Amino acid sequence: MSKSAILDSVSSVNLRTDLPEIRPGDTVKVHVKVREGGKERLQVFEGTVLAHKHGGAATTITVRKISHGVGVERTFPIHSPMVAKIDVVRRGRVRRAKLYYLRSKVGKAARIKEAK
Amino acid sequence: MLPGILGKKIGMTHIFTDAGKMVPVTVIEAGPVVVTQIKTRDSDGYDAVQVGYEETKAKKLSFPVTGHLKKAGAAPLRYLREFRGATDGVQLGQSFRVDIFDEGEAVRVVGTSKGRGFAGAMKRHGFHGQHDSHGYMTHRRPLSSGATGPQRVFKGKRGPGHMGSERVTQKGLKVVQVDADRNLILVSGSVPGPNGSLVAVLKEGAK
Repeated sequence: MSKSAILDSVSSVNLRTDLPEIRPGDTVKVHVKVREGGKERLQVFEGTVLAHKHGGAATTITVRKISHGVGVERTFPIHSPMVAKIDVVRRGRVRRAKLYYLRSKVGKAARIKEAK
Repeated sequence: MLPGILGKKIGMTHIFTDAGKMVPVTVIEAGPVVVTQIKTRDSDGYDAVQVGYEETKAKKLSFPVTGHLKKAGAAPLRYLREFRGATDGVQLGQSFRVDIFDEGEAVRVVGTSKGRGFAGAMKRHGFHGQHDSHGYMTHRRPLSSGATGPQRVFKGKRGPGHMGSERVTQKGLKVVQVDADRNLILVSGSVPGPNGSLVAVLKEGAK
C-alpha cells in the first residue's frame, strides 16, 4: 500500500457519512456541542457558507452571520465529533468557490440568489 | 520485551479523539522486527539486542550479512540496528510487532533529519542577518568571526556549513493508536526525517 493510501485510511476513520452536501453560498445551521461546567448542550450557529476547504477528514467550512449588526465568522471542522448536526436551510446560487467578497458588502448587496 | 521497534515514517495527519479534540499524529509503519543477534557483556563487552527490519531480496545483501542472518534463521532483511540494554526474555530469531506498545505510552522517536545541504549561518544557527533595505549591502552574512585580540578564529565558531542529515531524537511523544494488524503506530506530534525514512520508536528510557 502506498504511503498516501495508508494516510488516507488512517484519517478516514473520522469521516462522517451523516452530513448533507454543503456548498459555498448555502445557508446552514451548525449544531455544535458546547461543554459548560460538566454539562453538554447544543448551540446553533446559522449563517452563509463562505468557503469549503481542505478535503477528507480535514474538511472545514467557514460560516458567516451578522449578529447584532456585527459580522461573525466561525470555521468548523465538519468531521469533528463536536459538530452534532448540520442542516442546510437554503441553497444559494453563486459563481465562485470562495465568497470572501461578502465581507465588504452590507444589506441588500450581501444577498445571495436562491438556487433553482 | 524489546525496548523499541524499527519502522518507516509514512507521514502526518490528524485524528479526532472521542472528546472532540483534534490530535496531530505521525503515522509510522513499524515492524515486524526479527532479533538477529543478542550481545552480552561476556561476548561483546556490552548488552544489546540487534534487530532486523524490512524483508528484501537476498541478492541485495552482501555475503557476510547473509551469513549473519542465517545464524538467526531470519529472512533477508534490509536494516539492522541495535537497542542497548539487558535483554531478558528475548530469543534469537524471535519477532516482535507494534503491539509491544500500549496506547498512551510515552515514547521517543529517533530518525535522520532532512538534509539541508550547505546552509548559511541564518538558517543553520539562527543568526539575525542584516537589514534587507536602508542601503545595507550585506543581508545574510555571518559578519565578524571574532576580535583582533587572539589573531585567530576560535575553534567551534559558528558559521555556514552542512546542515541536517544527522541523527535526531524527538522526545516527549505519546502513542495515540496501535494497529497491530496493519503494523501501524500513531504517535502524537512530529518525528525527524522525510516521509519513507527509517525511524526507531523507543520506549521511555531505552537507548
